[in-house]
Amino acid sequence: MKKEITIEQQRKRRIYKKRRERFLDWLTFVIVGFFALLFLMPTVLTITNSFMSTTEISANYGQIFSNAGADAKTFISEKVNLKFIPDMVSFSQYKTAFITSPVYLLKFWNSVILTVPIVAGQVLVAAGASYCFARNRSKLANGIFFVYVVLMLMPYQVTLVPNYLVSEWLHILDTRWAIILPGIFAPFSVFILTKFMRRIPTAMIEAAKLDGANEFQIFTRIFLPLCKGTIYSVIILVFIDYWNMVEQPLILLSDSELHPLSVFLSKVNTEDAGLAFAVATVYMVPTLLIFLYSEDYLVEGIAYSGGIKG
Amino acid sequence: MVKNKSKPQQEQRLTPGGGKTKKLSKVQRAERRSVGFFLLPSLVGLLTFYIVPFIVVIFYSVVDSPINREFVFLDNFIALFKNSAFRRAAVNTVTFSLMAVPLAVILPLLLAVVLERNVPRKSNLRTIFLSPMMVPVASIILIWQVMFHYNGAVNELLGLFGADKIDWLKSEYSQIVVVLLFVWKNLGYNMILFMAALSNIPTDVIEVATLEGASKPQIFFGIKLRYLTSTILFVTLMSTINSFKIFREVYLLTGDYPYGKMYMLQHFMNNTFESLDYSKLSSAALVMSLVMAVIIGALFLADNKIEEDIEE
Repeated sequence: MKKEITIEQQRKRRIYKKRRERFLDWLTFVIVGFFALLFLMPTVLTITNSFMSTTEISANYGQIFSNAGADAKTFISEKVNLKFIPDMVSFSQYKTAFITSPVYLLKFWNSVILTVPIVAGQVLVAAGASYCFARNRSKLANGIFFVYVVLMLMPYQVTLVPNYLVSEWLHILDTRWAIILPGIFAPFSVFILTKFMRRIPTAMIEAAKLDGANEFQIFTRIFLPLCKGTIYSVIILVFIDYWNMVEQPLILLSDSELHPLSVFLSKVNTEDAGLAFAVATVYMVPTLLIFLYSEDYLVEGIAYSGGIKG
Repeated sequence: MVKNKSKPQQEQRLTPGGGKTKKLSKVQRAERRSVGFFLLPSLVGLLTFYIVPFIVVIFYSVVDSPINREFVFLDNFIALFKNSAFRRAAVNTVTFSLMAVPLAVILPLLLAVVLERNVPRKSNLRTIFLSPMMVPVASIILIWQVMFHYNGAVNELLGLFGADKIDWLKSEYSQIVVVLLFVWKNLGYNMILFMAALSNIPTDVIEVATLEGASKPQIFFGIKLRYLTSTILFVTLMSTINSFKIFREVYLLTGDYPYGKMYMLQHFMNNTFESLDYSKLSSAALVMSLVMAVIIGALFLADNKIEEDIEE
C-alpha cells in the first residue's frame, strides 16, 4: 500500500517536472521569439515598404527624406510613421525601377558581372590550391598555407593598397579587372576547402593510386565529388561577401558608371526613398533565395570556418 | 573547435616514413612535387596581387616618395602618428571595437545556450537570427535611417517614456547605431559557431555530472564553459578583426563625410587614396598590418594553448 503511493507520487512529480520543463521551453520561445521578430524587422520592413506608392512614402517618411534633415521647413507630415503594411499595394516603384529608369538595372548588372566571375574563379583556383595543401603536408607547404590564413584575416585597409599598386602597374585601374582579379586570388576559399580536404582519408587516395589513378584523376574523381557540399558553402559565403562589396569599387573604380548597386544604393537613398526601397528589395532577392534554399550548406560552411588552423 | 584530431595519426600510420621522419621515399617526393602544380595558379595570383605589391608597400613606407626613393626610415611613421585624422580614426575604431566585440560574443553565446533547450520552432528561430548575414547592408540601410533619424521611430518610442530626442546619426551616440548594426549582422554567424561547439561537447561527461547531482549552472560553468573556452576566444578575436573592418555600414549610413565619432580607419584610407599620398598610404597599411599580425598571433597561440588544455 505504502509503496503504491510513492509510485503514484513519483509519477505526479515526474508529470509536474515535465510540465515545468515544457512551460520553460515555451517561455524561452516567447522571449527569444520577440527578439527574433526584432531581428526580422529591418528586412521585412524594407520589403513591405517597397510596395508603397510614392505618395504614401512621402506621407510617411516625408520629413526624413526631404533632404533638409532635422531642420526642414516644409513639413510633409509631422510624424514619421514606421509602417509595416502599405495602405494600398502598389507596384509603381518596381515599374520605375525596371522600366522607366534603366540605371538601376544597369547597376544591378554591374553587381552581377563583378560577383559571378569572382565566385567562379575563386572557387576554381582555390580547389587546386587546397588539393595541394591537403596532399602535401611538408613544412614548406604548411608555411605557405599559413601565409594564406594571415592574408585572409587582413582587413581592406591593408590589402587594398597592394591591390591598388598592382592595378596601376598592369593598367587595369578603373576597369572591372581591378576588382575581379584580386577577388579571384583572394585566399578565403582556399582556407575552408583545405580544412575539408585534409579530412579525406589517405586510404582512399592509396586505393585510387593502386587502381592506377594519376594526381589529376584523384583530384577530379575523388576530391571534387567529396567536396561538393563544402564547395556549395564556399560559393555562398564568397557570393554574399562580394555582392555586398563597397570598399573595393570606391577605391579601384573611380568611374561611378561601373559601380555595383551596393555602392549606388547609398546615393539613391535620400533622393527617392520609395524607389530605393524597391531597388533594395530587388538587391536582396538573390542572396535571400540562396539562403532559403541552402541554409544547411551555409551553416556547415560557418562551422568549418571556426578554428583557424587547418 | 570543429577539427579532426585523429587525422594526423591516421596519416602517419598509413604512410610509413611520412610525417616526422626526414627521409622521404623518391615516390613521395615526386608526389609532393606533382601536387604542387595544383597550387601554382593560386600562388602566382597571390604573389602578383598581394605579396609582391605588399613588399613594395613596405619599401614605400621607408622612402620619402616613390619617385625620389630616398631612405628616410621612420619619418613616414612619425608623420602618420602625428596626423590628427589618423589618430582620430584609430581611436574611433578602437572604441567601436571595445563596444561591439563584447556584445557580439556574449549575446550569441547566450542565444546558443538558450536554444539548446527543447524550444518549439527552434530551427525557424535559428534561420531568423542567421538571416541578417544574407541581407546586403545596402538594402536595409534605409530602414536604419528611418529608425534612427531625429524624427525617427526610435526617438518616437523613447518619447513615449519621456526621453529627450537624440540625433542618433549626428551625435556622440552615433557609434551605438553602428554597434547595433554590427551585432544585427554578426550575431547569427557567431551563434552558429557556438552551437557547433556546444554540440561537440561529449554527452557522457554531462550525463555523469548530472548523475552525481550537479546543478544546471554547475554543469554550465564547470563543464560546458571549459569546453567552449577555445570557441569563445576564437569568436572574440574574429569579431575584433571584423570590427576593425567596420566602414561599409558607416559609409552607407552617412556617406563620405560622417559625424566625427564615425570617422573610421577605412575613411582615412579612402581620403588618402584621393590625394594619392603613397608614403602615407603605405605606412598606414603597414602599421595596421602589424597590429593585425599581433592579434592574429594571439589567435594562433590561444588556439594551440587551449587545445593542449582540453587534451590533458
